[in-house]
Amino acid sequence: MSVMLEVEGLSVNYGPIEALRDVSFAVEEGHICTLIGANGAGKSTTLKTISGLRKVREGKIVFEGKDITGSTPVDRVLMGISQSPEGRGIFPGMTVRENLDMGAYTRKDTKTPAYQQDLDRVLALFPRLEERIDQFAGTMSGGEQQMLAIGRALMARPRLVLLDEPSMGLAPKLIQQIFSIIREINEQGTTVLLVEQNANQALKAAQQAYCLTTGEITAAGTGAELAADPAIRDAYLGGGL
Amino acid sequence: MQFLVDHFFELTITGLALGSVYALVALGYTMVYGVLQLINFAHSEVFMYGTFAVAWTFTLFGATASTSTAGIIGLLIVALFAAMATSAGVALLVERTAYRPLLSRGAPKLVALISAIGASFALSEAMGLRDRITGFVGLDGPLRDYVSGARDNQSLPVSLDPAPVVTIGDYTVTTIDTLVIVSALLMMIGLDQFVRRSRMGRGMRAVAQDPESAALMGVDSQRVVRVTFLLGGLMAGAAATLYMIRIGTTRFDAGFILGVKAFTAAVLGGIGNLRGALLGGLVLGVAENWGSAIVGTQWKDVVAFTLLVVILLFRPTGLLGESLGKARA
Repeated sequence: MSVMLEVEGLSVNYGPIEALRDVSFAVEEGHICTLIGANGAGKSTTLKTISGLRKVREGKIVFEGKDITGSTPVDRVLMGISQSPEGRGIFPGMTVRENLDMGAYTRKDTKTPAYQQDLDRVLALFPRLEERIDQFAGTMSGGEQQMLAIGRALMARPRLVLLDEPSMGLAPKLIQQIFSIIREINEQGTTVLLVEQNANQALKAAQQAYCLTTGEITAAGTGAELAADPAIRDAYLGGGL
Repeated sequence: MQFLVDHFFELTITGLALGSVYALVALGYTMVYGVLQLINFAHSEVFMYGTFAVAWTFTLFGATASTSTAGIIGLLIVALFAAMATSAGVALLVERTAYRPLLSRGAPKLVALISAIGASFALSEAMGLRDRITGFVGLDGPLRDYVSGARDNQSLPVSLDPAPVVTIGDYTVTTIDTLVIVSALLMMIGLDQFVRRSRMGRGMRAVAQDPESAALMGVDSQRVVRVTFLLGGLMAGAAATLYMIRIGTTRFDAGFILGVKAFTAAVLGGIGNLRGALLGGLVLGVAENWGSAIVGTQWKDVVAFTLLVVILLFRPTGLLGESLGKARA
């Protein structure tokens, strides 16, 4: 098993405010890796920085052996990193199909059977999207929009997919469903870096886990190890009840 | 009122022709707004430079009042390309000098708005002082035909005679009005299809709806911004050609009032919305003509802005809302 993504000593600022301080972690190829932590701990900033939307003040990001710290967001998509952002970030005035096409924006093979296969795969994972294929994305429910955001990220054919709070604002039954789909995506060969406030579910699904507290990594281990850690249980898993 | 009733058809057609020019210019405002949420105040000058490109094309080829009809048509086609290229060039220059240096350093949008107003004055005065500017490098003599009388009206050396195409009762639709309306519609359909169907057009809509998500999809937003300015410039160049065909005269400050009207059309239709710009332009052109017929031509601008205020009172997002952007959230 080799390391796919390595983040070393990463510090990121929002103006004068330090959002991340000396954050280091690694994502193994083929794993589901999760980053848990409270609101404002810097989880989303970490993902945005990996995608190239935030400037790095210090440290570096290495993807499959290449230093991508200074690469543009476009280059990172081309290398195989794609993201389903926090709050879904779907294009409300586009149809479901157009949104999925946007996920494949950097691909040149949109007229080929390979592309159609990927589209079929996404629609098989999310049958709801097929039913709504010509509907405007802004008119769909929160759960459907979340499915679209994940499906759209998969359309880039990523090696590593970054999922930012996929369970946010969803009903418990839907959360179960989203997590089982995340496992399925992973089993189909895509490495997953998952950011979650819903630590319970995330730690169950993940082989690797890190806990982020106010911009710093405060715990690391397997999902099961973190789930058993008393401090984590107190803070994120409902006080060990 | 009787005048409006007697000349209703004629006034409507000429209003549509005027409105087509407004609409083409309005597209530039609405597209830049859609992508950057900024009003490009220099867009009026982008249009004005296009009108001069048309006038100078006619001067360059030595057109006179005795030039044949076929010659004039040929010249108009050359002038159209010249104007589109010139306006697109000026639009890209504005983006490069007034917007990109500021936005890439994370300046607030208000700052870029001010720099665009500055660019507008600079461009307009550069045209109004072209005799002096060329004089500095000793070119005012050789370029006399183009730069003398820099602050005066510049007219086409030929007059384009409108011929009737369709006659309904006492009213005729002229070749020129037909040409203006049809070519403006064709340009707009082309643009609409480009934005709807092409990959770049999808990238533009993505940036307009959610810039951060668009970047995550691998859309190069700087390139999208450049293409947006380019397309706005091409449309303004086409508008400039049609304007010169109908009006025949321009001046260094001709962009201002037309720019204000086109911006009004964009807001009227719903800024950020391409089809809204078309509708807003046509409604404004026709309303101006009808209004002038009722209350007198000198009230034309009052009619236009009263209409704007009334429509915004009832539909604050304009006739078609802001569908390019965040109407559906």
